[in-house]
Amino acid sequence: MIRLIGILAGLFFTVAVLWGLGNGVATVIADGQLKEPTAEHEFHLPARKAGLQSDGPFGTWDLAQLQRGFQVYKEVCSSCHGLKFVAFRDMAALGYSEAEVKALAAGFQVPGIDPSTGEANTRPGLPTDYFPSPYPNAVAARAANNNAVPPDLSLMTKARHDGANYVYSLLTGYRNIDTFSVGGKKVRDEFKDFATPPNTHFNPYFANLNIAMAPPLTGAGQVTYAEGQPAPSVDQMSQDMAAFLTWTAEPKKVKRTQIGWPVLGFLLFATILAWFAKGQVWAAIKPKKAKA
Amino acid sequence: MSFPWAKHYEPVNPFMRWMDEKLPLPRLVYGAIGAGYPVPRNLNYMWNFGVLAGFCLVLQIVTGIVLAMHYAANAGVAFASTEHIMRDVNWGWMLRYAHANGASMFFAVIYLHIFRGFFYSSYKAPREMVWLLGVVIFLLLMATGFMGYVLPWGQMSFWAAKVITGLFGAIPVIGEPIQIWLLGGYAPDNAVLNRFFSLHYLLPFVIAGVVILHIWALHIPGSSNPTGIEVKSESDTIPFHPYYTAKDGFGLGVFLLIYCGLLFFGPNLLGHPDNYVEANPLSTPAHIVPDWYFWPFYAILRSFTADFFFIPAKLMGVLAMFSAILVWFFLPWLDKGPVRSGHYRPLFRKFFWFGLIPAMAVLFYCGGAPAQEPFVMISQVATAYYFLHFLVILPIVSMIERPDPLPYSITEAVLGEDKAAVLGENATPGV
Repeated sequence: MIRLIGILAGLFFTVAVLWGLGNGVATVIADGQLKEPTAEHEFHLPARKAGLQSDGPFGTWDLAQLQRGFQVYKEVCSSCHGLKFVAFRDMAALGYSEAEVKALAAGFQVPGIDPSTGEANTRPGLPTDYFPSPYPNAVAARAANNNAVPPDLSLMTKARHDGANYVYSLLTGYRNIDTFSVGGKKVRDEFKDFATPPNTHFNPYFANLNIAMAPPLTGAGQVTYAEGQPAPSVDQMSQDMAAFLTWTAEPKKVKRTQIGWPVLGFLLFATILAWFAKGQVWAAIKPKKAKA
Repeated sequence: MSFPWAKHYEPVNPFMRWMDEKLPLPRLVYGAIGAGYPVPRNLNYMWNFGVLAGFCLVLQIVTGIVLAMHYAANAGVAFASTEHIMRDVNWGWMLRYAHANGASMFFAVIYLHIFRGFFYSSYKAPREMVWLLGVVIFLLLMATGFMGYVLPWGQMSFWAAKVITGLFGAIPVIGEPIQIWLLGGYAPDNAVLNRFFSLHYLLPFVIAGVVILHIWALHIPGSSNPTGIEVKSESDTIPFHPYYTAKDGFGLGVFLLIYCGLLFFGPNLLGHPDNYVEANPLSTPAHIVPDWYFWPFYAILRSFTADFFFIPAKLMGVLAMFSAILVWFFLPWLDKGPVRSGHYRPLFRKFFWFGLIPAMAVLFYCGGAPAQEPFVMISQVATAYYFLHFLVILPIVSMIERPDPLPYSITEAVLGEDKAAVLGENATPGV
């Protein structure tokens, strides 16, 4: 009886799902294609490798690069993007001394309260403060940026697929829509209707190809790196920024992989021991000739 | 419970003797997972996953309790408190990654445990109750895993909560009130985050309770084994300790190597980047996907794309998704063949390896892929097979199949001969 009901129920679900399949197939035949090709699908590029020193299981921080990235953040990005999960005290990990961290914090104005009147004001930051948001709230951020809220950057490299490479590719990825082509095919020719709406910029590394952010890094003279550092080209600054945001997203990343190796080593040793222990325990009852 | 030749606990140490008189806890352990539990001598490594699942449960409870000390279940600060754990709590990053990847490892182990059961028909009499309790554990585990996914209050957390509670909205008439009741509002917010946290803390202990029942029910007939033949004599068994503790010890080592490899070198590999974006009710992610361990059932849900007579497609998908697991409850009665092990079931074996396993693999893949063609069509074929396999093929195969000849006993299967077999001429071969 259960089997009979089961067979009927099974046929019910099968017919119902195949009914959907039939409808789907009919649609595909009617359209003559599996799915409508879109510019977002055809012309979206996978991220280019940023090639950071922190990449991979043996990665380490390049402190000079992180400091350069921070400099780019402070002088360019911070006018629109916050870094709300990073505290000034955390910056000591980038190789800044205690005095430098204090000075660096004081360089930012954070929300405060006037001790004499109790009114809201701003004060210079302390090492215990977090990076302030450039806008008082999302409405203000939206109003100042043509209706697009600049996202907080703290977790950016973890919040996007292939994060660090994505940041690097996006910052260096602005292209001219009229000439952009992939494999000899131009966007303009393939998708006549595809356009870059007002206040957006064509960037094939961005999911829908049109990003609200204007090209933030323009090169020449935008940032002056300290003596002995590489020239601040757009490519260099983008790579530095990718490195810095990798750190802000996961300050414990290098510590994690560095601890991982001894842990795996110990486990491997223990597992080998367990293998021999098992062999020794089982030796007593091991059949001379095993048969499955 | 257990076999007549099972060894009995004999405390030597005076303290243990005293203890045994007042509270025979050591006796219980000795009989459950010690030398007092005789186990078939031929268990392969597929029998390792029960112990590993138990290990995962303990791991999740321990890491979870410590995480709960630092986490704040409030929609305003949940995301920030998760980041606080990652950045400022001592070893917090390791705890959180251990817990998140521990959930993945738990499900990986559970799926292997379940599929071991499918292949060796572990659900058949006399172990139906072990199986039924196992399916209950799996359902509880899914509920717990889902609620845990919501707690960081990232984009995927929020939208997963919205989609999953929305499934109840597909039920006619009472669906919408149920959805509002579950959420404590019209959209996921603080109310749902708080209750999910409360239940996410509670359910693991419920699971632990059902696990005890699962093991208790198992100990009445004793463990099954790769031949599917019941234990006949003492030579068929060996004590759990030290033989299987040693074997499971090695298995645990391999498990920990994979787990720690994931934890330290790819902790976000199985997660979704969108969950590092704070929940935003106004911005829908491009592709809403649950964690990987829900993908097969998510694929089944999404593969019902057309209304079926008077049943709306969405309701049909919800019915199918829940039925896909509920059907497991009926396995002991759908598959009535007397032979258990897939090794001796040539027809069943073909459907298992060339039907069920590929269908599950496809459903896994399509559940994580965007809801577009060709993935929808492919998962529709796999879904059709899934239901056919359990509800149509299995009952028919169990009726028409001619199993291969079975060895006389476990001992014969292992050693090539069984002295008892020569003596026991009137013993019934087979089951």
